[in-house]
Amino acid sequence: MIRLEKRSQPSREWSIATPILAVLITIIVGAMLFSAIGKPPFEAIRTIFWDPLFGEFAFYYRPQLLIKAAPLVLIAIGLSLGFRAGVWNIGAEGQYIIGALSGAGVGLAFYPIEGLYILPLMVLAGAFGGWLWAMIPGLLKVKFGTNEILVSLMLVYVAEQLLASMSLGLLKNPEGFGFPGSRNLQQYPSAHNAELIAGTGMHLGVVAALIAVIFAYILLTRHRLGFHIRLAGEAQRAARFAGVEPNRLILFCLGISGALAGLAGLFEVAGPAGQVSIDFNVGYGFTAIIVAFLGRLHPVGILLAGALMALTYIGGDIAQSNLGLPSAAIQVFQGMLLFFLLALDLLTNFRIKFGKSEVA
Amino acid sequence: MSTTALLNLDGLTKAYPGVVANDNVTLSIGAGEIHALLGENGAGKSTLVKMIYGLVQPDTGTMTLRGAAYHPNEPREARKNGVAMVFQHFSLFDALNVSENIALGMENPPTMRDLASKIKSVSQTYGLPLDPYRTVGTLSAGERQRVEIIRCLLQDPKLLIMDEPTSVLTPQEVEILFQTLRKLKSEGTSILYISHKLEEIRSLCDHATILRLGKNVGECIPAQTSARDMAELMVGTALTPPERTQRDLGPTLLQTFDLSTPAPSAFGTALKSINISVKRGEILGIGGVAGNGQDELLSVLCGETTVAAEKISFAAIPVGAMCPNARRELGLLTAPEERLGHAAAPDMSLTENALLTGAIREGLENRGFLKWTAAKSFAEKIITAFDVRTPGPDSSARSLSGGNLQKFVIGREVLQRPKALVVNQPTWGVDAAAAAAIRQSLLDLATQGAAIICISQDLDELMEISDSFSALNEGRLSTPQPVHDLTVETIGLMMGGAATDAALQNQEATV
Repeated sequence: MIRLEKRSQPSREWSIATPILAVLITIIVGAMLFSAIGKPPFEAIRTIFWDPLFGEFAFYYRPQLLIKAAPLVLIAIGLSLGFRAGVWNIGAEGQYIIGALSGAGVGLAFYPIEGLYILPLMVLAGAFGGWLWAMIPGLLKVKFGTNEILVSLMLVYVAEQLLASMSLGLLKNPEGFGFPGSRNLQQYPSAHNAELIAGTGMHLGVVAALIAVIFAYILLTRHRLGFHIRLAGEAQRAARFAGVEPNRLILFCLGISGALAGLAGLFEVAGPAGQVSIDFNVGYGFTAIIVAFLGRLHPVGILLAGALMALTYIGGDIAQSNLGLPSAAIQVFQGMLLFFLLALDLLTNFRIKFGKSEVA
Repeated sequence: MSTTALLNLDGLTKAYPGVVANDNVTLSIGAGEIHALLGENGAGKSTLVKMIYGLVQPDTGTMTLRGAAYHPNEPREARKNGVAMVFQHFSLFDALNVSENIALGMENPPTMRDLASKIKSVSQTYGLPLDPYRTVGTLSAGERQRVEIIRCLLQDPKLLIMDEPTSVLTPQEVEILFQTLRKLKSEGTSILYISHKLEEIRSLCDHATILRLGKNVGECIPAQTSARDMAELMVGTALTPPERTQRDLGPTLLQTFDLSTPAPSAFGTALKSINISVKRGEILGIGGVAGNGQDELLSVLCGETTVAAEKISFAAIPVGAMCPNARRELGLLTAPEERLGHAAAPDMSLTENALLTGAIREGLENRGFLKWTAAKSFAEKIITAFDVRTPGPDSSARSLSGGNLQKFVIGREVLQRPKALVVNQPTWGVDAAAAAAIRQSLLDLATQGAAIICISQDLDELMEISDSFSALNEGRLSTPQPVHDLTVETIGLMMGGAATDAALQNQEATV
């Protein structure tokens, strides 16, 4: 007989050990999966986890890692604050798009004037755009009690339509021979979010993600607001008793996650992506939800989870092209990672007991 | 008392990680006997009855029911053997009616019409008036308990277990319940009666078993033993009743003026023109059956619910529109009834919970930044001053026993030197020694000049500590009366809402 027994306190050791254990189990089961479909398991695992970091072409993949991880971490940090407080912003993808649109819009409005003030203005506009888009579900929830999960999610599709309309209309490159998409911001120096050190992938978005991690860490551990966020997530009534205004907290959480998602969109459009185009968004806003939970809604955890997620994406791409692994297998592999992590989470709150449960 | 035993427990032991809940408990319940199980919170009463009812399996030991071995693996098996239980917390659906609720607990429910007529006949036989078609949400706590009792009686039990049944009843309702229980007894049903109210046990029970720290520490015949002796067996030490020093009442500190609020939800209670006036040094006791506006009153005094500013005045400042923290800054503190989830966050540490209300008056934050060291030493101060049994301030609130957490919650407010303190059920589910300590701390606070409102369903407690008494009934507050010339009848009338001012004056005139 195996029984589960609730711990009187969540185990600190297990909450650190379970993510590591989950990665190890995913590697083992993943290797079994790969060999079952006739691919060399050891090589596949090495391609996913080792090659992007230390392989022959690592000089190319390492910057890619940063470029992929930065928006994931930036968005996930914002989302985690809300998730901690029980405010479920599922629409970061939409806020990411709107941030990119408003930031790029501001930049393009200045074209072709050059000036040091342009990029900072774009950064502000990007954050503001994301914030505004998140205020829609926020105000609707506060005023009419609508469900923020549904509203924020549906607004993603509205944002996608806006994106298409913008790339075909208002923001379309007048010198683009009729092709959809805006001017390339990489060719407009004042608006280009360029690499800070060439060849490293280190752009302003990476710096912003790191600052967000530190900011969130201090907020959650040292500041009253962070305490109130945690309190509201754990016990609503206790939070009210402690003087938390639920509506203000909802608006703050949605606002900050929207602003950070907007920032991530702006850094992407002004940097690695370069232009507003119909297929500009690639799902960072949704993947960031996984990253937030994978990192246990803890800032440092999210940093590590974002890096890990970026690694499996890039490693997965390499495995697809080099070993011919089907993309479905890569998705299963990523799904397993989340599954084992959540399943093993049980161990932090419960302990497993072996032996007979009763003496009758 | 009957000589043939219905149920024998022999050497029952049940251990949980870190604690032995029951240690070699042996006891026997005779047929047609009302047997009291007495003990402080954490003494192991609940675990013991859970084993009898099949919710928990003993580690060692045996049970014999009517001479045959008895080891129920689940409540269904216990019910099949004629063991029924009425829990302290009811498991009823507010939105369904009485018959539907009862049908939900049955394995093969009859048609609704048959069931309703059965409920009616049982309720008449045992003097428990109840309409099978009423929606449970509209019933008082006493009536809800009747639903649970009738649910048990329909199974024709041989042994009825009752867990703290009178904690939610008015004195009149208690009398009705006792008559029912005596009738059941005369028909040969045994009753295992769990309580810590000694006077009740003395008037009702034939036999009492006292548990302390999981062990059977003695048995007695309650009618022949003084309440004090039983209490001392239960606690293990001699009890000191709280000291009441004569206090001088100061000027009025906390007042409400025709305070009314709408019901917060379909099953909440609206407050109707409540007028309270408490002086410095005064303890106002507010009685009444649960669900008559106690939570709502605390919430509006705390600031979780806000009203027009001038509706509440504190130290001559209109505070009705202020949030909880602004009121705390002025010195108006509160401690709600629900410990876990309202007064304290279950999974947060005691340090964090100390911060929950102490941040402002104890200076635990600096421009929004938290001072963890100061918060920790405040938590330690509470733990020491109120004898909270815990490994330390890093333990989670959830890991504390109910009584210990209550001491922490009350201590947290008392140590902030409030000018006025409002508490709801300060000793609910707390063991006798801790309850005495909490009451003493409230009295000490009043002696130091604080105004105190104590909302409680424990009438003995209110009589013991308050200067004046009033009762809540359906959101209305009766006119406060000085405690020293109150009779049990007047209290009952006040709790039942029949005590209009005129009626009370008539009664005073006759006295």
